[in-house]
Amino acid sequence: MPVRLEAGMVLGGFTLIEALHEGGMATLWRVSHPAHAQPLLMKLPRIAYGESVSQVVGFEVERMLLPVLSGPHVPRFIATGDEDDQPWLVMEQVSGHTLRPLLDDAPLAPAQVARLGALAAIALDDLHRQQVVHLDIKPSNLLLHRSGAGQQRIVLIDFGLSRHAQLPDLLAEQFHIPMGTAPYIAPEQVLGLRSDPRSDLFALGVTLYHLATAQRPFGFPGSERGLRRRLYQDPLPPRSLVPAIPRWLQETILRCLEVDPEQRHPNAAQLAFDLQHPEQISLTERAQRTQRAGRLERTRRWWRSLGMEADRLGAGAASAARAPLIMAALDLKQPDPELDVALRDTVQRLVATAPGARLACVTVLRTARVGLDSNIDAEGRNRHVKRLVGLRDWARTLDLPGNRITFHVLESPDIADALIEYARSNAIDHLIMGARGVTGVRRLLGSVSARVVAEAGCTTTVVRARGIDAASDQA
Amino acid sequence: MRIGLLADLHANREATEACLLALADAGCTQFAFLGDLVGYGADPGWVVDCVREHVAGGAVAVQGNHDAAVDGDLEPAMNEQARVALQWTRDALDADQRRFLRELPLQVVEEDRLYAHANAFAPGRWAYVYNPLAAGQSLKATPQWLTLLGHVHDQAVYYTGATAQAIHFQPVPGATLPLLPSRRWLAIVGSCGQPRDGNPAAACAWLDTQRRQLGFLRVPYDHERAAQKVIAAGLPAVLAQRLLSGR
Repeated sequence: MPVRLEAGMVLGGFTLIEALHEGGMATLWRVSHPAHAQPLLMKLPRIAYGESVSQVVGFEVERMLLPVLSGPHVPRFIATGDEDDQPWLVMEQVSGHTLRPLLDDAPLAPAQVARLGALAAIALDDLHRQQVVHLDIKPSNLLLHRSGAGQQRIVLIDFGLSRHAQLPDLLAEQFHIPMGTAPYIAPEQVLGLRSDPRSDLFALGVTLYHLATAQRPFGFPGSERGLRRRLYQDPLPPRSLVPAIPRWLQETILRCLEVDPEQRHPNAAQLAFDLQHPEQISLTERAQRTQRAGRLERTRRWWRSLGMEADRLGAGAASAARAPLIMAALDLKQPDPELDVALRDTVQRLVATAPGARLACVTVLRTARVGLDSNIDAEGRNRHVKRLVGLRDWARTLDLPGNRITFHVLESPDIADALIEYARSNAIDHLIMGARGVTGVRRLLGSVSARVVAEAGCTTTVVRARGIDAASDQA
Repeated sequence: MRIGLLADLHANREATEACLLALADAGCTQFAFLGDLVGYGADPGWVVDCVREHVAGGAVAVQGNHDAAVDGDLEPAMNEQARVALQWTRDALDADQRRFLRELPLQVVEEDRLYAHANAFAPGRWAYVYNPLAAGQSLKATPQWLTLLGHVHDQAVYYTGATAQAIHFQPVPGATLPLLPSRRWLAIVGSCGQPRDGNPAAACAWLDTQRRQLGFLRVPYDHERAAQKVIAAGLPAVLAQRLLSGR
């Protein structure tokens, strides 16, 4: 007989304060502990006789995964244990609200949908880099948290259906039915595949669709057959429901909702990048769509879906990891032709080895530390455009298609600050920049590349043109 | 406490030294030796002395089929090279070393763990745990929460599920595996002295008893030197080749 829980009880040194939530799967209690000042949450699965096994296994999964996860986009693991037959798990209680209540206000403004989507994609990128696929992304599992500094981020919660690439998959071994939440589950998950990070992009796409249009793209099917419908029936284009949605948002959402994961964004970082730079999204037929595919096309897809195997859909899961975001930082103020060539050669080699790689070409326009924003006057705009033209010219011979390259002129009084901030906020994998000769002023202030290498938080390559005298080149 | 786990050392001094160092670096303060200290390799005396010293310091050691065969009957199932190597090993060990091997226990229970060489259901008959069925049989034969084995040379983990058959999991070297208290576990730590999965690096593992975690390691060592010593000792050349290719 499991323990009857009530306020004041002590489990594993944690005092139960109040029950917050009586969910179908588990009970949540606010708890306290003398050694922990921050608010804590205890999760206890329902284990009474007759409860389904999947609830217990889901709790086991969370108990296994939470201790190995880290970073700002997951709740911090505190402790776990068993009291008689009642297992429990304590984690930090993250303040904020899930995106669930926002559905009542839908349709939201496109800019807000994009901002929330970018925050969620950044959180997913962090999770995927820790080798975990969430597999139950939906508004109620995305918690919007505001840090002390006032910055917002999404914290992912509930890892009961998640899968770690290097740990046993307890769920796959025990259950042979699709596991997920019906409106959000990805097609490959319906077919039983549990290892593709892009399944989370599909579920996030459903979430964004719902926030932007107030409708569910695939309804709320109640049977496995109903779930399979998303293998052949495409959703109504968001713009046909809310004409105010811009084409780039429709493009992005429908790309997330592609049946074949290969057709979605290769990874969460690239989705976040698109949502943060909507003006640079390259539009395809998806952006123009005004209605669903016709009956003939749907019938064709239906036939194809009958024989569809998870293996085929999942074949590209490994390649997703090799779709890095590469950032090339150029100094267009003091151009150096030899260095430009050397930089381009290095970038060329990198993008050639990773077909899914995307390149962001970045330069910084220095602005006065104090004073008017240079961009508001004609001269400022002129300088901005000139830099953009310079970037495009530098990249011309790379010959990359428009959906693999973007151009960005940043404005900042501090070049290193701007590059570091850009690399961090866009989850750049590899930053490439040129080394510079040292002028008197730079010597005093310290070099840009040294700071970027130390602080950008990603792989950084500092390129030198051959033949430069090493003694005069200490950037 | 972190316990370093070594199995199938097979008289390979270089591999044993490398694993002991790597496990100490990983924070191990105690060790367990899961059988087959000798056979195949050129340094049986050194390995037996090394394990004997550790046992004097509180380490666990169990007997493997090669250890048992040094002073006993050769197993009919043993292959030709193993027989030749055993004859050679017999002559290379002194009486004390042979007695140490002869007197090793077949299994040891410590807290909620069982240590054995081959399996828990008939440890002296050396049946292999090489699939979920055999692992299920072994898990059924012991009430212990965790069974630690060698004998099969490749690293593997099995755990209990809803059915009698255990579930197999291929551990990833370098990754930490949390062991859920609600399941029962069987781990094969991999061969230190004669890896057979195509990677010559020595295999071993550690157990963190407080955190209930297992870590699997692959430790590169000077396998060329170990192979040269096999040749120099006059042992079958194919045994040296195995160390070089890891097969």
